[in-house]
Amino acid sequence: MSDPTVADTRRLNSKPQDLTDAYGPPSNFLEIDVYDPQTTGVGRNRFTTYEVRMQTNLPIFKLKDSVVRRRYSDFEWLKNELERDSKIVVPPLPGKALKRQLPFRGDEGIFEDSFIEERRVGLEQFINRLAGHPLAQNERCLHMFLQDESIDRNYIPGKVRHSPRDENDVYSAHLLNPTPPGCLALSLEPTLSLP
Amino acid sequence: MSFFSFGQSAEIDVVLTDAETRKKAEHKTEDGKKDKYFLFYDGETVAGKVNVTLKNPGKRLEHQGIKIEFVGQIELYYDRGNHHEFVSLVKDLARPGELTQSQTFDFEFTHVEKPYESYTGQNVKLRYFLRATVSRRLNDISKEMDIVVHTLSTYPELNSSIKMEVGIEDCLHIEFEYNKSKYHLKDVIVGKIYFLLVRIKIKHMEIDIIKRETTGTGPSVYHENDTIAKYEIMDGAPVRGESIPIRLFLAGYEMTPTMRDINKKFSVRYYLNLVLIDEEERRYFKQQEITLWRKGDVVRKSMSSQATIGAQRFEGSKSSVSSVLDLKCRA
Repeated sequence: MSDPTVADTRRLNSKPQDLTDAYGPPSNFLEIDVYDPQTTGVGRNRFTTYEVRMQTNLPIFKLKDSVVRRRYSDFEWLKNELERDSKIVVPPLPGKALKRQLPFRGDEGIFEDSFIEERRVGLEQFINRLAGHPLAQNERCLHMFLQDESIDRNYIPGKVRHSPRDENDVYSAHLLNPTPPGCLALSLEPTLSLP
Repeated sequence: MSFFSFGQSAEIDVVLTDAETRKKAEHKTEDGKKDKYFLFYDGETVAGKVNVTLKNPGKRLEHQGIKIEFVGQIELYYDRGNHHEFVSLVKDLARPGELTQSQTFDFEFTHVEKPYESYTGQNVKLRYFLRATVSRRLNDISKEMDIVVHTLSTYPELNSSIKMEVGIEDCLHIEFEYNKSKYHLKDVIVGKIYFLLVRIKIKHMEIDIIKRETTGTGPSVYHENDTIAKYEIMDGAPVRGESIPIRLFLAGYEMTPTMRDINKKFSVRYYLNLVLIDEEERRYFKQQEITLWRKGDVVRKSMSSQATIGAQRFEGSKSSVSSVLDLKCRA
């Protein structure tokens, strides 16, 4: 007869995992590369664009592989749209480098190779952090930024999905632990049962 | 204590009858230190002696009465002036008069009700104590002796598991299960997290035990949250179909039983917070209340609850319940 004072600590039963799930590709694949900086234009009207390539298997994105060209002000536009329309804490962009745009500099200013590389890295980190955010994925502006050839600044802001994944559902729970600044906490809500 | 060197003063000492045999329990004081006090349960008699020792053996001690009280009170730190006494018993030991020599008085509070457990928290304190007082015209001489009270429970009749499917639509779906909803303080939380859909990049997962002390009522309710434990249960990225086990031993943590609306003054509740953290430090969490209770040292599990525990291993197999019961009966 087992000792009644010792608790039963055996594992709970669980279904064995399907091997195609265990060894198949993960469903969370999302990679964005920001590369190939090209400076176009002449004199004062020069600007640098970067190629932004997204590869993903997330169903919320229409295209699984997309390439677009974007400049720094496009990233700024995206950040502003999200700060206005969504409740998420948007990650920081690399700096505006206003000092580099002043005249009488000894170097190339914002067209300096080392600066462009620094900025490229910062933009890549920014867009990867943002695109992986479940709430950012709801926003039309993010999809337009990543997958439309050009950004229509006169677009009508809105949500991509109509189903319950919106700020009210996700933020409804009382957040108990103080989250570090810039961090995000999403409450897990009861999901609709799958058939 | 009197500062005047003339006149008579006395020292009071309270000694319990069963001081030699009664167990002591550790209890935190307000400043965080741990002390040992005599342990009592509801319904137990509190009996002993009050020794009044005269400081100057030649002189007499005039007094307005000697008494001993047994008090149970709740003290809210932000309202120190008002003590809420929920137990207050008095025994008069001596009528007003004078003591010519040191004297000992017997007292007994029979079968005292002690409805709540002693508790020292962040904003509130519930304590029980004996207070012996020699009343005098100018200043009383008194001595307090704190005791600790534990409230015991037995295995609950109904103790269903907690099982729920939660997530973020089309992004993360998990099913979590904890084997019980009511745990005793030395119990083990056995559970599992089953991943149904993983479209985010998870870095690790942990379970936190959170204690929430609530004081005040109505508009001035105040919650004080304290994370008692953080226990990592998974490191790395899970995929669909994976099941992560949980085995969390509660005996290692300093916790009290769940206390609900004690004398309408405060509550102490405990929550399990399941937290998943992704590669960008975003946190996804699900909080669930559990009930904690204190088990007595010598409590025998009933046979039916042992069988239920055995049956919980097997999802939905009814036949095994009866076979386990059969085995127990034959043993």
